[in-house]
Amino acid sequence: MKYWRKPLDFDQVKIPRGEVRIIADRCKGCGFCVEYCPKDVLVLSEEFNRKGYHPPKVVKHGECVNCNLCAMICPDFAIYSVPLEEEASSDQQSAVSSQQSVEEQGTDR
Amino acid sequence: MSTTVDPNQVAVDEHPVSPFLRMDRIPHIWCPTCGIGTVVKCFATALDETGVDLDKTSIVSGIGCTGRVAGYMKLDAFHTTHGRAIPFATGLKLGRPELLVTVFSGDGDLVGIGGNHFIHAARRNMDLMIILVNNFIYGMTGGQNAPTTPLKARSSTMPFGNFERPFNLPHLAASCGATYVARWTCLHIRRLTKSFKEAIRRKGFRFIEVIAPCSTLYARLNKLGTGFNLMQFYHDNAEIRPDADTRDVDIEFQDNIICGKFVDEERPTFTEMMNEHYQQKLGDKYVPLPPEGGLLHE
Repeated sequence: MKYWRKPLDFDQVKIPRGEVRIIADRCKGCGFCVEYCPKDVLVLSEEFNRKGYHPPKVVKHGECVNCNLCAMICPDFAIYSVPLEEEASSDQQSAVSSQQSVEEQGTDR
Repeated sequence: MSTTVDPNQVAVDEHPVSPFLRMDRIPHIWCPTCGIGTVVKCFATALDETGVDLDKTSIVSGIGCTGRVAGYMKLDAFHTTHGRAIPFATGLKLGRPELLVTVFSGDGDLVGIGGNHFIHAARRNMDLMIILVNNFIYGMTGGQNAPTTPLKARSSTMPFGNFERPFNLPHLAASCGATYVARWTCLHIRRLTKSFKEAIRRKGFRFIEVIAPCSTLYARLNKLGTGFNLMQFYHDNAEIRPDADTRDVDIEFQDNIICGKFVDEERPTFTEMMNEHYQQKLGDKYVPLPPEGGLLHE
């Protein structure tokens, strides 16, 4: 993410990472989670579940921020997200690299 | 990064809402793109975050699509006769004053068939929390005209459009004396959850109207697409105006929906008024009912 100005607490804020869990056979294919995911992580898949609906699938791997909006808006209790803890080191690296890019932009101006 | 989980595996129980639902009855009967499931999820989240004792929480429903909520939630529940959710809840509250009694029902049930009970419970300021899921139509019975169907909207008993003026529910509740009146659509999940949490902590007649899409009847009869299109409509046309006068929050057909918390005040409830009155009149002879109820424990 690019910032036009560096936030004051940029080095303290850590973007949470999550993992989407989909209970496919409970899904009724309404598409609310696909429409309202703030990171556009999901799309409706071409495959059918047991009831003949198209459940969502994840296309942008690693972009889920564990906001749980899909779990809140799903009328069928078929999707939720869990926090992802394993790859903390790579997250820090990505945070550092994005911080560097912000600093570079700042020096350019 | 993602896992698609087999429903027979343990992940079904890992869903954050599973402690609040009878998971053996899920999947539920509500249509695809119906909004009632979202309201249930918001209510379960509010129960979770306020940390109320689930053994002292009960839920009362009438008949209708929304009336099924009492069967799906893992709380002590009444599934009552059509329109009589509030009388059952009143009796429950008077018999066990410690309980948090929630009435979770639809528009046709609470203000259509049971409109009389609604206004009198609000007038007495009974200590109930009313969650009214408004989908503008009698859903389960086949799309008949409801007292909330907007002017010009079609229903199966008004095929040329509705010509009756609908109820303005926040104004009805506020003018009858409700102490907490809010209206949200089921797209406003965070604000709705916050409103539930506020109402759980309050006393008195708390009324929360939730606008929810009905895809199979209301949307189909009015050629509005599915519930998904109605959710997009709420996204574009719901206006949050908490300081609005409740007289102005009428819902026209496919027009702005004014949302917000309209009334929030403190007034003595029915039980408090009764106890105070009888203690003044009868003195020590009057013994108020203990919070855990009377007769069953003797």
